[in-house]
Amino acid sequence: MGCGMGKSSLQEKKCSRVSIYSVPAIRAALLIQRWYRQYVARLEMRRRCTWNIFQSIEYAGEQDQIKLYSFFGFLMDHFTPASSERNLISHIFRENEICRDTEWERYFCYKDIEVPDSYTGPHLTFPMTFCGVSKLVEAFKQKQQLHARYVLQILGETWRLLRILPNINHVSVCQTKEITICGDLHGQLEDLLLIFYKNGLPSSEKPYIFNGDFVDRGKSSLEILLILFGFLLVYPNDLHLNRGNHEDHIVNLRYGFTKEILGKYRVHGKKILKLLQKIFSWLPLATVINDKVLVVHGGISNSTDLNVVSRVDRHRYVSVLRPPKVVHQTLNGNRKEDGDGPVEGRRRVRSLTNHSSALPQRNSLPRRSLQNSSISHQLTSSVEDELKRRRRLAGFDQTYKNGNESDSDSDPDFAEAPEANGHDWKQIVNLLWSDPMPQNGCISNEVRGGGCYWGPDVTEEVLGRHNLQLLIRSHECKQDGYEFCHNRRVLTIFSASNYYEVGSNRGAYIRMGADLVPHFIQYQASRTCRDLTLRQSVGWTERSALRALREQLFVHKSDLIRAYQEFDPHHTGKISMRHWASATESVLKLGLPWRVLRSQLVSRTHYGMVDYQQWIKELSITEPKLEVSDTSILETMYKNHSNLETIFRIIDTDHSGLISLEEFRQTWKLLSSHLKMEISDKVITDLAHSIDFNKDGSIDINEFMEAFRLVDLSAHS
Amino acid sequence: MAETSEAADIQRKIRAAFHVFDHKADNTVDVREVSTIIYSLGCFPTKADIHRFVEEVEEDNMGYVHLDKFLPVMTKVLLENKFPPIPEEHLLQAFEVLDKESRGYMEPQELAKYMKSEGETFSQEETNEMLTALVDEKKNLICYKELINQLTIDPDT
Repeated sequence: MGCGMGKSSLQEKKCSRVSIYSVPAIRAALLIQRWYRQYVARLEMRRRCTWNIFQSIEYAGEQDQIKLYSFFGFLMDHFTPASSERNLISHIFRENEICRDTEWERYFCYKDIEVPDSYTGPHLTFPMTFCGVSKLVEAFKQKQQLHARYVLQILGETWRLLRILPNINHVSVCQTKEITICGDLHGQLEDLLLIFYKNGLPSSEKPYIFNGDFVDRGKSSLEILLILFGFLLVYPNDLHLNRGNHEDHIVNLRYGFTKEILGKYRVHGKKILKLLQKIFSWLPLATVINDKVLVVHGGISNSTDLNVVSRVDRHRYVSVLRPPKVVHQTLNGNRKEDGDGPVEGRRRVRSLTNHSSALPQRNSLPRRSLQNSSISHQLTSSVEDELKRRRRLAGFDQTYKNGNESDSDSDPDFAEAPEANGHDWKQIVNLLWSDPMPQNGCISNEVRGGGCYWGPDVTEEVLGRHNLQLLIRSHECKQDGYEFCHNRRVLTIFSASNYYEVGSNRGAYIRMGADLVPHFIQYQASRTCRDLTLRQSVGWTERSALRALREQLFVHKSDLIRAYQEFDPHHTGKISMRHWASATESVLKLGLPWRVLRSQLVSRTHYGMVDYQQWIKELSITEPKLEVSDTSILETMYKNHSNLETIFRIIDTDHSGLISLEEFRQTWKLLSSHLKMEISDKVITDLAHSIDFNKDGSIDINEFMEAFRLVDLSAHS
Repeated sequence: MAETSEAADIQRKIRAAFHVFDHKADNTVDVREVSTIIYSLGCFPTKADIHRFVEEVEEDNMGYVHLDKFLPVMTKVLLENKFPPIPEEHLLQAFEVLDKESRGYMEPQELAKYMKSEGETFSQEETNEMLTALVDEKKNLICYKELINQLTIDPDT
């Protein structure tokens, strides 16, 4: 007991000042504890809600991308070979290149690239040594850039090495050798450096597993790759890389890695990207520790079979978003592939999600014998329904497996044994894209658009079947950097701190010894956020999330007003808060608690009613820097900002960062086709003319995207 | 329960807070999240209060709480204002009691010692977190008088 010992007269004085309680120290402490716990819980609640906002928007973006890609798949299957739209995108599906590896080696040769005397970055010698990589790490710390020659050299060596690695790495830990396991890094070099600082550099005494998603979003994706590949070359038995869903050139088009490379390497960027495509396809898919712990980027499904996985031709899956084409021999023995002509057999185009309700259609198109159809356009509406039910998953009893079977039954003309390949592909998609869910079962992952959601029963079954005891995966950002689920049989590890925003989350890594018990080390990069108090960092993250939400509201202006008007038949301009919440969710479909968020998004209400017209006007998002004649196209541009950029980058086949007026027009035609909207040629032409063309009549992609980036004017904090 | 619009409002608030932790979307939450939910609704229970509350609503030691049991109990708590907020002046006075020499501030170690040894004691982690939140970095002191205003958050902001 702290009080009552001496100083009793002083104590009395204090007690007489206090009117309600006679307060000895213990009661004072109780009060402060009670108050503080409440304070922390309030912040925790806000943090959770903010988290949900970021995550919903992130996953909606991923889903958007996959919808776009599925749409391309649909185009590929349904337009005649001669159609120009198809030609614009066919090259991204050109995955089974005819060239052999020796020809590629010639293409990727770095030897003719000279390093000028003016170059101040690091010089590398090969074969790679520990000193060499350390030098590289130091150079990147100093924000130097590695010369393209050396980049291609490292990548070339890496490619050669990866080709001899198996699909599944088997590693062992023993008493004297603990292993370190890291999750997503997403181009955040500070986090990798922090891990190395705290844990030490990789070596034969210090083995590491990096569990995918090294690239995209952050600014230093290439530097991270080069460091990891450097250590891989020096310690091939002790540095293990698993492929993540972002080690995929299609995903990179949208999420920034492509842009980073092209920005840093204007002359050789295209070559570097092509080589990286190959490297990504050759990355191993999983690692198993002591035959007991499975480490994979996304997760599993009820059909996961590691024996199958270890036998697939993993490098055929350059982009995991689409199953590989089957290449058929023609009569005269020449190999033909997609884009060359109509005769090729096409594998069944599967949507990444499974719906027994969406049956594949048999379209009869000219000159296609083994035509398989995509069900992607039927997909659009059913996916939207699914998103609505996201929070009601418990009632959804369709299993992934059932979906498979109905698909395969409906196309009897299916030739050869591509079914095996379709099965292989699914194994890989699931490993890289799936997420765990709390309830039993296995259903398609509608929210992301790829892989599945798997339950604790599937964990038990799959782990049991393979005699494993723990599944370590990444793929999902976690507030504390790691999180257990499924009775501690599944462990998520995420190593990119401050992922959504400064202060949003810690990163973590795992140390594991022979006892296979994971130990966690958490951290948070960035000095700024360490200086923030708990409350300030929550506030900061929250403001950022609200900004992101306001942008989403702004880009959906027209749809929102239409939805609000449905609740306002007498055109009063006002609707109740309840209707506002329900209408907003019906348009944005983010599954967020709009009622709770309402007070932070709508500043003024009148007797419980929202003046929606006024509020929309006040969303105070900046207008674009360009004059556009038709304002509806503005909204389309904002709404489809990322889709537009993705399409631009796909069309820009030589990765010059510039597209011609004609390509610009084609982009819009593609987009309007995807959105099922009419966009007149005149509007497009006007738009094109209002953009400041370079002298040679082409548009700079970056400039264009920058001009239409949303900036929330109300956020001045 | 009276079907006044006040009660209806309260129920809506409770449901919204509950659902933040309802990960399975089946109207249940882990019993360990109950305290956060109660706090977030503007209540200031002691740990003992929370313990009693949980006993009333937990599903037979199953580790979770169903909305059907949570809702009526929580509604009653809010209608009767069972765990009212701590007025700023009481909080101030509590600090003043611990600040034996009436300096207007406390050293981090002093406060930490009380928090870890008296009342419903803090864990080391809670203590560390609190110090990060309250300690003025430059002076390495807890200037509680200045902090009080900043720290009493309005529940609806």
